[in-house]
This record gives sequence, C-alpha cells and structure tokens, in this order.
Amino acid sequence: MTLDPKVPEGPIEQKWDKHRFNLKLVNPANKRKFEILVVGTGLAGSSAAASLAELGYNVKVFCIQDSPRRAHSIAAQGGINAAKNYPNDGDSIWRLFYDTVKGGDFRSREANVYRLAQVSNNIIDQCVAQGVPFAREYGGTLSNRSFGGAQVSRTFYARGQTGQQLLLGAYQALMRQVGRGQVQMFPRRELLELVVVDGAARGIVCRNLITGKTESYAGHAVLLCTGGYGNVFYLSTNAMASNVSATWRAHKKGAFFANPCYTQIHPTCIPVSGDYQSKLTLMSESLRNDGRVWVPKKKGDTRAPRQIPEEERDYYLERKYPSFGNLVPRDVASRNAKQMTDEGRGVGETGLSVYLDFSDAIKRLGEEKIKEKYGNLFDMYHHITSENPYQVPMRIYPAVHYTMGGLWVDYNLMTTIPGLFCLGEANFSDHGANRLGASALMQGLSDGYFVAPYTLGGYLASAKLGAVQSGHPAFREAERAVEERIKTLLAVKGKKTAVEFHRDLGRLLWDDCGMARNAKGLKEALAKIPAMREEFWKNVDVTGSGEELNMTLERAGRVADYLEFSELMVRDALHREESCGGHFREEYQTADGEAKRDDEKFSYVAAWEFKGVGQDAQLHKEPLAFENVHLAQRSYA
Amino acid sequence: MNEKKKLNLTLKIWRQKGPGDAGRFVECKAENISPDASFLEMLDVVNEGLVKRGEEAIAFDSDCREGICGMCSLVINGKPHGPELGTATCQLHMRTFQDGDTITVEPFRAKAFPPVKDLVVDRSAFDRIVAAGGFVSVNTGNPQDANSILIGHAVAEKAMDAAACIGCGACVAACPNASAMLFVAAKVSHLALLPQGQPERMRRVAQMRAQMDAEGFGNCSNEYACEAACPKEISVRAIARLNREYLKASLCSEE
Ligand SMILES: Cc1cc2nc3c(=O)[nH]c(=O)nc-3n(C[C@H](O)[C@H](O)[C@H](O)COP(=O)(O)OP(=O)(O)OC[C@H]3O[C@@H](n4cnc5c(N)ncnc54)[C@H](O)[C@@H]3O)c2cc1C
Ligand code: SF4
Ligand code: FES
Repeated sequence: MTLDPKVPEGPIEQKWDKHRFNLKLVNPANKRKFEILVVGTGLAGSSAAASLAELGYNVKVFCIQDSPRRAHSIAAQGGINAAKNYPNDGDSIWRLFYDTVKGGDFRSREANVYRLAQVSNNIIDQCVAQGVPFAREYGGTLSNRSFGGAQVSRTFYARGQTGQQLLLGAYQALMRQVGRGQVQMFPRRELLELVVVDGAARGIVCRNLITGKTESYAGHAVLLCTGGYGNVFYLSTNAMASNVSATWRAHKKGAFFANPCYTQIHPTCIPVSGDYQSKLTLMSESLRNDGRVWVPKKKGDTRAPRQIPEEERDYYLERKYPSFGNLVPRDVASRNAKQMTDEGRGVGETGLSVYLDFSDAIKRLGEEKIKEKYGNLFDMYHHITSENPYQVPMRIYPAVHYTMGGLWVDYNLMTTIPGLFCLGEANFSDHGANRLGASALMQGLSDGYFVAPYTLGGYLASAKLGAVQSGHPAFREAERAVEERIKTLLAVKGKKTAVEFHRDLGRLLWDDCGMARNAKGLKEALAKIPAMREEFWKNVDVTGSGEELNMTLERAGRVADYLEFSELMVRDALHREESCGGHFREEYQTADGEAKRDDEKFSYVAAWEFKGVGQDAQLHKEPLAFENVHLAQRSYA
Repeated sequence: MNEKKKLNLTLKIWRQKGPGDAGRFVECKAENISPDASFLEMLDVVNEGLVKRGEEAIAFDSDCREGICGMCSLVINGKPHGPELGTATCQLHMRTFQDGDTITVEPFRAKAFPPVKDLVVDRSAFDRIVAAGGFVSVNTGNPQDANSILIGHAVAEKAMDAAACIGCGACVAACPNASAMLFVAAKVSHLALLPQGQPERMRRVAQMRAQMDAEGFGNCSNEYACEAACPKEISVRAIARLNREYLKASLCSEE
C-alpha cells in the first residue's frame, strides 16, 4: 500500500480553489439519499454535522456526553487564530501559514497548512454571523491578542471562554438542524467498532451508555471527530471522557495512525498537588502576554517570591529568547521550565513549578484591566490553589495538553479506509510536531465548516456505494466483538481497578515518553507495557453489569485501549531518532539544548499500519517537501 | 512543608438503581481526604473503595472538571453545586468542609429531569429547548466580513455575560417550581442583545418558551433561588428581559 496524500498540483495559493472546482458535486436532490454518521460533537463534529445537514444530507450524530454542547472543545480558553490583519500589524495568510509550518517544526504538510490559513478568515466571519460574542473594542470592532509563536496579534477571543462560545455557536447550528429533522442526535453513545464492508467504512457499532445495549448504525460515510488521546498519560488537561478508543478501533480496522509520539505539553498549568488528582488544569497561555516567567537565580532558594529582589530573579525566557520573550512556542517554554526544575531552581512545596508573575502588568495597566482580560483565569487559579494571583505570583508547571498525532488523512481528510474521514484533533494533519496556541480551534472549525463538506461530496459523488443495512453480517460480527469484550472485562474480577492501571501507565509514559525522551527509557517502556496489558486482562476489577449505566466499565474499556495504543506511541518515539517540536530526544540536541532535527532522515510523516496486538506495526512514510517555507532550524532568539 | 490535615467525612448519598427504582439515602464513609481535592475527586476516592470491595460505584456525571462543560450536577447539603457561590460542583474543594462533617448528596430533581441512576439525571429537555429556537439561522457559507457588524464594547460584554450559561440545570434544581426560566432567559438575552439575533427575535422567544412549557418545567414566581445556585452567576435581570421579549412577541405575533 502506498500513501497518497492527494495534494493537488499547482501553486500553493491555488491548490484549494482548483481542487474544489475539480471535486465532483452531489446533485442537490441526491444529497438526501445519503446517510452520514458523525462521531463527536466538539468543534469539528458539530460544525461538520450542521454544515452537512444544511446541504441536505441526512446526518446521524453521536457523542459520549449527555448533550453535544458538553464536548471537550467547550473547555478551550484562550482564543482562535485568523489572518484578518485587523490590527494592521503585518499579518497575512502567508504569515499565518509560515508561522504554523515553522511552529510545527517542519513536520506538517504544507498544502494543508496553507488551506487552513486561507479559510481562517471565513471562520471568524461565520462565527460572528452566528452571534458568537467575541471581545470588542470601544468602537465596536473585534479585539485581538497575541499568542505564543507569533509576533502579530491575530487571536480572537471571548473572555477566557473562547472554546465555549465557538462550540455553542456550532452546537446551536447543529440543534437548528435537529429541530428541522435533518440531524438525528444520539448522545450517551460510545463508538466501540467501525464497520467496514467491501473495503469502505459503512457504519459503526456503539454502546448505549444508559441501557448498555449494543447498537448498529449504517451509513455511506463515517466522520470521526473524536478528539485527542492526551488522557493516555492519565493526568492531562483533557476532559474525563476524552479517549483514544474511537481512533484506535478504526486503526485496528485499517486506518493508519500517524505520528503518535507527537504530544504537546502545555507550559502554563496548575502544578500537581496530590495522588487524588483526576486531571490537571490549564490556564490559557494568553497569560504569557502579560505574565513574566521566572525562577530564583539561586538553587534551593526558599524565600517567598516577594522577598526575592529583582536582581536575584532569572526571567529565563526573556534572557534566552529576547525577541519572543515569554511568548516562545509551547514546547520551548515547557522544556525550559523542566530544565529550571531539573537544575533545582523550581519553586513551591514540591519544587516542581516556576513563577508566572503579573505584578509588572498590574502596575502598568491596573488591576481592573487585568481582571477584565484574565479575571476568570485568576479566579480559577485562586479557587484551586487558594492563593490570590493578584497578590502572589502564580505557580505553573507543564502538563499534557494536546496530541498532534492522530489518524493519517489525505488532503481530503480521508483516512486510509475509503469513506472514513477524520477531523479535528483526532487527525494528524496540520500542526506537525508542535501546535501553536489558538490553532486547534481554528483547525477544528476549518475541517468541519469549510473542508469536509466539500471533500465528502467529492467522495460520495465518485464512490460506487451499494446499499448496506445494519442487518449486514459485518455488523453482527462487530456487535459480537463488542459484547465479547465487555463480557470478558466483567468476568476477570481481579484485584486492581482500571483507574490504578491507568495511573501506572500514565506515570510510565510521563517518565519515559513525556517532555524529554531517550532510547533507554523508551526501550524499557516498550518492555513494560505488554506486561502491564497482560496483567490488566488477568487482574482488572470491574463491578456492576453490562446492561446499565456503568462508568467503571466504560473506564476499563478505555484503559484497555490505552494499553494497546501506548505501545505504538512509544515505538514511534523510539524510531524517530531526532528531536522536533514536542518530541524531544535527549540524544539529539544542539549545544545550547534546543531540539535538533534530522531533515535528511526524518522529514516524513510516520504512518503506522496495525498488524495485531503485540505485533510490530508496519511503518509507512509520507515524505514531506518544503517548497514554500524553507527548512531552517527554528529560532526564537 | 506542613502536611495538610486529612478529612474524614460521612456521606449520605442518594442511590437509585434506575428510573423504576424508588431510591434511598445510603450512608458511606469518605476517609483520608485531602482538603485540596475537589468534591468529585473525593467521590472518585469513595468509588475506588467501593469497587475494591466488589460493590458498584456511585454513578455521577462529570467531564471537564473545571466548571465549563455543565456536565456535573449534585445537590450538596440541599444546595445545587454546593455551598459556594458562582462555582460548579467540580470546582468545589474539600477545604470548604470540616473534619467529621456529614454531607448529603442528591441528584438534581425536577419533573423535566427524569432520574437515570444514582446521581445522574436526564437533562435532554434543555437541548430540545435550544433546538426549538435558540440559534441564529445562518448557514455555513460566506457571510459578510466580521467587522462589518459593529457591536459596542458594553453590549458585547453584556451578551457575553448571558452567553456564559453552561446549561447545567442548577437553576431548575434550585427552583421550588422547577422552572427553566433562567436557562431560557440566558440564551434569549444573549441573542436579543446582538444585532445578529434581531431578525428572529420574536420567533425565538416564543418557540423556546413554548418548548419549555411542553417539557414540563414550572412557572417562575420570582423566588430568585436560581440566581443564587447558578455557577455562572447569570442574573435574574435576564428573566426580566425574557419577560419583556415574550410580551413583545405575544403583542406583535409575527416579526
Ligand atoms: C483546557 C484546554 C484549553 C484549550 N484552549 C485552546 C485554545 O485556547 N485555543 C485552541 O485553539 N485550542 C485550545 N485547546 C485545544 C482544543 O480545545 C481542542 O484541540 C479541540 O477543541 C478539539 O476539538 P475536536 O472537535 O477535535 O474534539 P473534542 O472537542 O475533544 O470532541 C470530541 C467529541 O468526540 C466524542 N467522542 C470521543 N470519543 C468517542 C467515542 N468513542 N464514541 C462517541 N463519541 C466519542 C466526544 O463525546 C466529543 O463530543 C484547548 C484544550 C484544552 C484541554
Ligand atoms: S442559567 Fe446558570 S444554573 Fe441555569 S443552566 Fe445556565 S449556568 Fe446552569
Ligand atoms: S464537570 Fe464540567 S462543569 Fe463540572
């Protein structure tokens, strides 16, 4: 099997327009003959489902939560990028494209990134038309702020609740279609198998989380918009239900998994405080616009922060990266924080945090202004830590936040299984080895509003798809697989809970496949994971039954998938003998500790083909060519 | 490095096998709880203990665990989302409680929120209210440039205040009439304040209210319990706006 990314010919500025013209159209009267299954209702899923229903397709939508409005996208805080250049500070589609390719450390596909930058402006227009209450200037125009990895102000925001407002916009568009009968909504469903008939994705099998029943749904195409897999680390900033199961099950049915080792560790999170902790809380990196990051110059300095005089503080980001200062990309900021704590200059009780200090900004702008900009983030911090950030500097530490890896997709966002599309964080496509802040929301909505509605039409118009009903034997077989698995999980009756397995796995991955990785640690992890998996199936303890709402069972199923997926993640990290973006291999760094890429050997997308649990996955390479942005060592100095 | 004192608590928790079961309070212990843990993390600890003893975990909803998704619920010591103002249950920390406390934990109760299991209820009525009209009818396409719709800073901020609703249903659980007025008012206000919401202004309020009544939510008798329970501090002034909008809509029946 050769990987064909299907990137259209021609100059990069014209590719998308030409491609849209070349895509076959589905006649309006025929659209209603197609059933489309959309799994996930985050920005990607809600926007795609609403747009497809508006076009006249019959759409069925599935999500885990009790309402589509609660998808994980709701939690995004800081903002969404677009190349509007409203502040007149020199932004352009080209600059957004350039920044994203560079920010991704030259490991993304140029054509996709360019398209993303192109449609970014339509997204803002669309959202405003829906009534999304973005922040405004006194004259009534939209406000912008800056985010890491950019020297222009291109981020649109709605207080610290940008994800919520964008998702509610998409959700309302979706519910409008539910009201019209064009969308059927199936909440509290978990996809547990993808159904492939004659080589094409033709349906899904879900568990109804309330009744426990196995349900089959047939369609002409399936869109997976199921988000990222950051929760494989146990502690992350992701919501509790975020998982790898949907994409992993599709992978096991033939969809290649790309770059699983590219995970993003976000620099500004509230530090870990105890074992009971179920998740980590991110504070938007927009805080780095006004907050200054520092640690004491002296090791083991335990004075209170205000007692440490200015000249004994090390504002290390400003010192090392004078032109970007506190706004260096995430991977750079995170790694530097780790370096400071490794040197023994970390602060707080555990020594595992650094300061983010607003006292200068408060002096400059006044407390009121800071409150208006970041009030809810400050409150959140105060609430969780019981420390008042208006008075003492915040303490922050990096946490797992986003996964750049995901199912491999071509330019049309189709996976290696015909008819299976993958949108949003669940795919691998636009961020390379590191995502810039405020770009995930942009990508989710770009995929859902402006890309998939076209490319899906192209597929449906040219694929010759016979009728398939959910009574087809392939569905029976998938249902049986789901039921068997649940039965097995319930039958083990061991001694260790799924949460305990999850915590152990998370710790292992954080240590060996986290912010910094090396061959020795990765090899050890590769030896430990299969053993952990074996123990899981012998010793997991799941109470309750399969015929009812059973959250212990749900968790166990997800952990079982993490125990398979993590092996691929570690294998990918081990094979990539270079450092790039969020993948930092200690063996490959420059003299001053920056990531050192090996473009000769690794300028490709690693797309893995499933060969069986515990078997070595097969590597396929999609070579990456940089024709528009010149390959260069990233520098933010 | 002073070890913070751990809490030992008694929980009186509502357990109900399913919609058909009558349900009852069951007592259980929460031991060795860090005051820095959140209320839901305390329940996680209790659940781990239950599973270890071969018992079924207590079912409760949550997802984001940072006060924004609206998935968590719970009536804690008689208050939806617990004793603290302006926070959801997932943001409530155990430092709010004293060692030795007894805490009662119940689901959100309302006719329009049928019970599912233990502390989980069905709030899909809210989705149907939104489907009835809580949107601006604009298809995906090429709308005008975002800056061609000017919205003053103060109006934008007001609209945002209303749009902050997380759809949790605490307002309903707090209301003696189980009214959904605050929830509906928040969405109606958000869109009525903005120019984009004008064309469908009358229709929206009429249809959302009609659906609200059809779902079996009660009437508003100005108790203000909703505002006190709301984790996003949506003001009852929104209800006044809803009433004005509704009145206008009934007077001029078509836009
Ligand atoms: C705290 C936080 C803050 C962030 N802030 C920003 C920001 O400011 N700007 C930015 O650009 N990005 C931000 N991000 C990243 C961004 O929010 C996400 O990458 C993005 O929202 C993902 O959207 P999505 O539509 O791909 O998936 P999600 O929103 O994760 O939605 C996944 C959907 O899939 C469903 N699902 C999952 N698995 C299954 C299954 N097996 N069966 C059925 N349904 C399933 C879920 O129910 C859900 O509906 C932030 C992320 C976090 C964690
Ligand atoms: S108005 Fe407040 S209490 Fe009611 S649903 Fe919205 S956020 Fe929850
Ligand atoms: S769990 Fe999301 S608001 Fe509480």
